[in-house]
Amino acid sequence: MDEKTYSENSADKPVEQPKAVLETRQIQAGSLKGEILLLKDQGYRFVTITCVDLDQESVDLIYTFDRGLEMVHLRIRQPKAESAPSVSDILFAAFLVENEIQDQFGICFDGLVLDFQNRLYLEEEVARTPFCRYNVTRNSK
Amino acid sequence: MFKITPMTATVIKNLFTRKSTRPYPHVVREPFELARGELYIDINDCIFCSICERKCPSQCISVDKKKGLWTCDPFACVYCGICMGVCPTRCLHHKKTWRPVATEREMISMQGTPPKAKKKSSAGKEPEGM
Amino acid sequence: MSKTIIPFGPQHPVLPEPIHLSLTLEDEIVVEALPALGYVHRGLEKLCEIRDINQMIQVVERVCGICSKIHAQCFCLGLEKMMNVEPPPRAEYLRVVWSELHRIHSHLLWLGLFADSFGFEALFYQLWKIRERVMDINEATAGNRVIISVNVLGGVRRDLSAEQVRWITSQLNMVEQELKDLQSTILDDYTIRSRTVGKGILTREKAYELGAVGPTLRGSGVAQDCRQLGSSALKHLEFQPVVEQDGDSFARNKVRFLETLQSISLVRQALKGLPKGEIKTKFKGSPEGEAVSRVEQPRGELFYYFKANGTKNLERLRIRTPTFANIPPLAAMLPGIELADVPVIVLSIDPCISCTER
Repeated sequence: MDEKTYSENSADKPVEQPKAVLETRQIQAGSLKGEILLLKDQGYRFVTITCVDLDQESVDLIYTFDRGLEMVHLRIRQPKAESAPSVSDILFAAFLVENEIQDQFGICFDGLVLDFQNRLYLEEEVARTPFCRYNVTRNSK
Repeated sequence: MFKITPMTATVIKNLFTRKSTRPYPHVVREPFELARGELYIDINDCIFCSICERKCPSQCISVDKKKGLWTCDPFACVYCGICMGVCPTRCLHHKKTWRPVATEREMISMQGTPPKAKKKSSAGKEPEGM
Repeated sequence: MSKTIIPFGPQHPVLPEPIHLSLTLEDEIVVEALPALGYVHRGLEKLCEIRDINQMIQVVERVCGICSKIHAQCFCLGLEKMMNVEPPPRAEYLRVVWSELHRIHSHLLWLGLFADSFGFEALFYQLWKIRERVMDINEATAGNRVIISVNVLGGVRRDLSAEQVRWITSQLNMVEQELKDLQSTILDDYTIRSRTVGKGILTREKAYELGAVGPTLRGSGVAQDCRQLGSSALKHLEFQPVVEQDGDSFARNKVRFLETLQSISLVRQALKGLPKGEIKTKFKGSPEGEAVSRVEQPRGELFYYFKANGTKNLERLRIRTPTFANIPPLAAMLPGIELADVPVIVLSIDPCISCTER
């Protein structure tokens, strides 16, 4: 194809690049609340949770905290079939993002203080999880 | 005591000066030199490479190389000017003014001559897909 | 006393965008406010899987119309960080010029809407008349009025000529003069003070703990502004975050007003120090790995997370917009206030719901 020569900003040609690394601390789901309380004592505040679809079985949950414009990331690997621990009882600000993840990825959070029951963005008749590459089907609780 | 703030002065001044709004569309402001308005194509310069089709963020352009047809959905166009920048023959342009308000959805469809000689007769044969 | 539940929104005369609140009232006093979203959810984050990284710039600009430039800048900064691309100095200064212009027009829009929320129509018209000058600057320099799409990966798309720089400076002088004429009204007027002072108080501790961002946070006395990170040319420019201690609607109003003046000064500084040279470097290849980036939007801190796998599409893009972070503080602000004050207080966090739901 002769078109390639014209494309100025070609994202299609792979160039060797070092992989960008985000500094995160891998922890176990069980020790999550303890770690968060520890960070909270040090004056960190909650920024957000990011859910990343990994494969058929699991997702990554990245918890981001901030203190004076310096960020800390905690990462847990969460199996899709199990429910994740909710941190909204110690960090009220997390309830919205946990509901969002529940909507988009179908991960259930245990002990969510304000549970929208998968109806934050989605309509009642929707049974799919729109942000997953491999769909998770919801069973009625 | 009641005192006149600068805003009160402005408001009173507004009563005696020209209106800030204009009765559009009877009075239209002069367009700016660099404004990006309606998209149009000089179809005679087009080589139907379909780079604009692939680079358009809203995917509003479709190019048919065989028929020599360039179609743009002006309701999906976001006036970003990306296509204008990537076009190898610089045949895409933005007018300085916006498209006038329309009551019906209408595609911009331009019939040109496809690049290869073997299909030259198609320009007359193919009906235009308006 | 029996409790009444009143639905507030999604359609409400004072709301620019659809948020729904279920207000539980006791007599006229709110005891609980539950937010509900989902009226303008579009799923733009998911689009990164079918649009390539260059096209995504135009997509993220549409996450929020009013601060489109800053969304695109955050996106570009993140990918440039991943690929170790440094935009040329002139591009960095131009980015600051346009993003501060965006902040000015966004704050002016909000100040107008805020005045409108308690019925001060004359002030609303004045502020929007001033805003029109900034919109004209956007159109004359970048080509579009609101979604100006000047960012590309590795720089900016348009340059400013010396003549345009002079014109922008003279226009901004007028904007500043007109704004200063309104200063005594916005900061001292009896009607404004009686509707906002002491209403919707968010204490410093609460604001910090609940993750408030932007003017909502700074109105509560925390001097945190993502521009302090010094991204783009901000490290060469002089500014101090605007902070107010009271944490009420009036403090947030004051922070936004003073920030508008501060942004005018930042644009001036950036235009003065505008270095000569290229406006774009080559951005080649596809990113791989993970990164985060954040910038200060008019509404607060904007957070992007990127995951890429070496193809021209991103694997995951996560956008945490400022209003998303400001909704829990809003829910904490509302209990204890009168129903008639709810619209003003909801507006005081500058809610941008299409941002929030993306």
